[in-house]
Amino acid sequence: MSTTESPPPPVPADVIKSSGSERPQSARAIVWFRRRAAFGAFCRSYAKHTSGVIGLVVLLAIILATVLAPLYTDRADLNAATAPGGRMESPSGEFWLGTDRTGRPILTMIVWGARVSLQIGLTAAVIAVAFGTVVGMVAAHYGGWLSWLLMRVTDWFIVLPAFILSIALVVALGSASKWVIITAIALNSWATTARLVRAQTLSIEGRPYLERTRALGAGDWHQMTRHVLPNLMPLVLASATLRVSAAILSEASLAFIGLGDPRSFSWGIILARAQAEGAVSYGAWWYVLPPGLAILALVLSFTLIGRTMESVLNPRLRDDR
Amino acid sequence: MTPVLDIDDLRITYHGSRGPIPAVRGVSLTLDPGETLGLAGESGCGKSTLAAAVLRLLPPGTEVTGRILLDGEDVLTMGWGRLRAVRWARASIVFQGAMHSLNPVQRIVRQIAEPIVLHEGVERAAAEDRAVELMAAVGLPAWRAKSYPHELSGGQRQRVMIAMALACSPDLIIADEATTALDVMIQAQVLRLLKSLVAERSIALVMISHDLSVLTDTCERLAVMYAGRLVEYGPAHEVFTTARHPYSEGLAGAFPTVGDTAARRRPRGLPGDPPDPAALPGGCPFHPRCPVALDACATTDVTLLDVRPGWRAACLRVPATKEADV
Amino acid sequence: MADISRTGVAEPSAAPGGTPQSDPAQAAVLRRAYRGEFLRFVAVKFSGALVSLVMVVLTSFFIFRVLAGDPVDAVVGDTPATPEQVAAIRERLGLDEPMGVQFWEYLRSLFTMDWGTSYVSDKKVTTLLWERLPATVLLTATAMILAAAFGTWVGARSGWRRGSTGEKVQVGVSLTLWSTPTFWLGMIAIVAFSVKLGWFPVNGMHSTRGVGDGFWDEFFDVAHHLVLPALTMAAVLYAQYVLIMRTSILEERGNDYLTVARAKGLRDDHVRRLHAVPNALLPTITLAAAEFGTIFNGSVLTETVFSWPGLGLTFYQAIKIPDIPLLQLLFVFFAGTTVLVNFLAEIFYRFLDPRVRRSA
Repeated sequence: MSTTESPPPPVPADVIKSSGSERPQSARAIVWFRRRAAFGAFCRSYAKHTSGVIGLVVLLAIILATVLAPLYTDRADLNAATAPGGRMESPSGEFWLGTDRTGRPILTMIVWGARVSLQIGLTAAVIAVAFGTVVGMVAAHYGGWLSWLLMRVTDWFIVLPAFILSIALVVALGSASKWVIITAIALNSWATTARLVRAQTLSIEGRPYLERTRALGAGDWHQMTRHVLPNLMPLVLASATLRVSAAILSEASLAFIGLGDPRSFSWGIILARAQAEGAVSYGAWWYVLPPGLAILALVLSFTLIGRTMESVLNPRLRDDR
Repeated sequence: MTPVLDIDDLRITYHGSRGPIPAVRGVSLTLDPGETLGLAGESGCGKSTLAAAVLRLLPPGTEVTGRILLDGEDVLTMGWGRLRAVRWARASIVFQGAMHSLNPVQRIVRQIAEPIVLHEGVERAAAEDRAVELMAAVGLPAWRAKSYPHELSGGQRQRVMIAMALACSPDLIIADEATTALDVMIQAQVLRLLKSLVAERSIALVMISHDLSVLTDTCERLAVMYAGRLVEYGPAHEVFTTARHPYSEGLAGAFPTVGDTAARRRPRGLPGDPPDPAALPGGCPFHPRCPVALDACATTDVTLLDVRPGWRAACLRVPATKEADV
Repeated sequence: MADISRTGVAEPSAAPGGTPQSDPAQAAVLRRAYRGEFLRFVAVKFSGALVSLVMVVLTSFFIFRVLAGDPVDAVVGDTPATPEQVAAIRERLGLDEPMGVQFWEYLRSLFTMDWGTSYVSDKKVTTLLWERLPATVLLTATAMILAAAFGTWVGARSGWRRGSTGEKVQVGVSLTLWSTPTFWLGMIAIVAFSVKLGWFPVNGMHSTRGVGDGFWDEFFDVAHHLVLPALTMAAVLYAQYVLIMRTSILEERGNDYLTVARAKGLRDDHVRRLHAVPNALLPTITLAAAEFGTIFNGSVLTETVFSWPGLGLTFYQAIKIPDIPLLQLLFVFFAGTTVLVNFLAEIFYRFLDPRVRRSA
């Protein structure tokens, strides 16, 4: 069988290298051509899901608003000493979303807070997914007692109340700095990814072309990085997207119960401050409603994107019977 | 006498994402009380669609035209309430793949009794007593009543399905690939059982299979389907041994009977694959695979021609073979 | 075929009218075999749960004693203390001992159920636990029952009608609720229904001024306080149950036994209720048990927002100090309960699903 005609995406690159020197394209070019084609198919399929498109649009809008923040807001307004507004002003033409107790405009707070929420959410998710992927792949590839041990630990982390564990960690480490929070969140959300990756790796390793690569003498590293990982990537990305949602929610919740960097303006911190400054009993809805809606919009957009990616990649859920 | 089942020019089209797919393209059939008919064809020829249509079990959005009369009543036009009353009481189905056709978390006695409770309004205890009797009739011991489907063997599950089909004493039973998944020994037992049960209760039987020899064993008449149409229809034994349509001949050749010396010289199996129902070839849909195709076959849309009364075949060669036969 | 190779244990020959006289005996043999297997299953799961519990206990020690450093500052609080006072406190708390001895003391405290005294209230932390537990049980049980009942019901209906407008709305609502921060939902509920509309009390579990002494007076007072926290906490759980149940139903929907049920003449909603839902509930139970931990996440946040005097609020207050003995006990309690619930769910599942219960 000619390798270029063999079905789905990843072609054992070494097979082509050894046999196809007279071919016009290099093996790498063929692989990339195929990946581009698969990516194109993925995008077309994704575009058919309205909810996924909405999520993507909302996310892009939030990112745009965050990046352009310096153009339409002034960071100096967030300094309590130079705050431009009066105490707990309700929304007006000047302050669209009113002000807090020291007169800082809520809108500016939210726009700048997006950076912190996005940063912590993304970083924690990336760390968690990367760690989970490595654990899952190792557990699947090597098997034996190592796999058993890794999966026991994974199961344990899946069962435990993650938020409680995160709180305990932050409290124990004493300072609620950005990296402590990221670590606490990441440490408690890698397990689902590990389990997913392990199952996928096992099914990928069962495919015939990997047996062929093994027969050709490919080492563990080569098999993992060249053949298993590229196949895992889409699913890992979908999982990572959903992790981001969870991480943003965790960060906000931690911040709300007082485990956040008090100097920053993450959305959870804003809400914690609103609670502490008595915005709730004051009825200052402009202080309470917008930050929460911002969290909701960001989390929901990541959730919609992640779910759409999952249903595009998982034909069983896609199948409309 | 009103026929039990009277299908007239039935056409069924699925509307999938790839556009309309005609699964059944003009089938007419009648079945008298107590009669047995074998319906044969490769997978995808529309035979299971036909079976599902008799109780209107097709997925929503499927286009069905023509007429299906059950005891003289049109199934396709009746209201939902009436349809539910007719289902299982007039006609029941023995589905293929009994593993998935039984509810995995319900005891089998309850599943057999369910239609009795539903259609005859008797108490559940009484219905379950009758279910145990039915189990005895299909050769399942009473202590199996409390079993769950996964505790039974494939053959036993298929017996449960048969008991279930008999539950409301219908006039018609449709057995859709009822024995295909079973191994040969069990298959023979189940077939014999089914045959004797319908005979002693004079229930009409439509048996669907791709195995012509099984159908010939069980049924009086045989109908062969190809690409959504009947291509041959006649007395079972004659169709099997001296098929007039090259497709029936090929199907018969695929399952030779032991000791039939003539079968050895017949062509074995069929070349090629069944056609894609979404893109059928013009003319006789079988012509690309036909070993004896004429030029005219590619352009002529062949309808059923009389071989002799009660035996028809849709092949341009029919008049010729008929002469050769005389 | 695969079906046949999976034939059950002692298969009586498939001959018509299998010999009845020997069969009851066979049934008894089978039953005994299943029972032995069940005990083995319980033993395996139990030892797994035990290992998890030990890990919880060790983690608690590691986090709060090794990682957390010196808690004396927390005990002393804002009052200035002399070095002698600090040393005295250290000795009282056993902090001057080497880590190994501390660990030994910790293990001993597990078995004597003496978890030490709260840094703040001078009460035994176990006493605090028992005092605050009923409020949490009341809140979480109410929220869980509401969420499970409505969530599975709505989830089953929306999965059954995949692609309908109703389904899309239900999924949209669930995803939105799932994405909503619980504490914020509580804040909004208080602003809207307590502060602006005045329908419900702002916080707490009891009214401060007398509502009467009778049982019913108190009952209605607590129920009135319970409405907003319970609904807030139920929201995210509801979303989870809807999504889980919907997926389970979608997986069942293509199965042939549903076509058979329809062919028998069952109405569509009977096919759903009598056949699809019982099957779909089974995986839902497993998933719901796996998500049990999230209930404690919700209770910490909800109780904090509503000042509901339960374990969640206690935990929140202990974080602020930080009150290490109390945190330690609550951590073990939350995590241990989750482990136990998962263990019980696995046993329970085995009873519910005949396929697992009696598979050979």
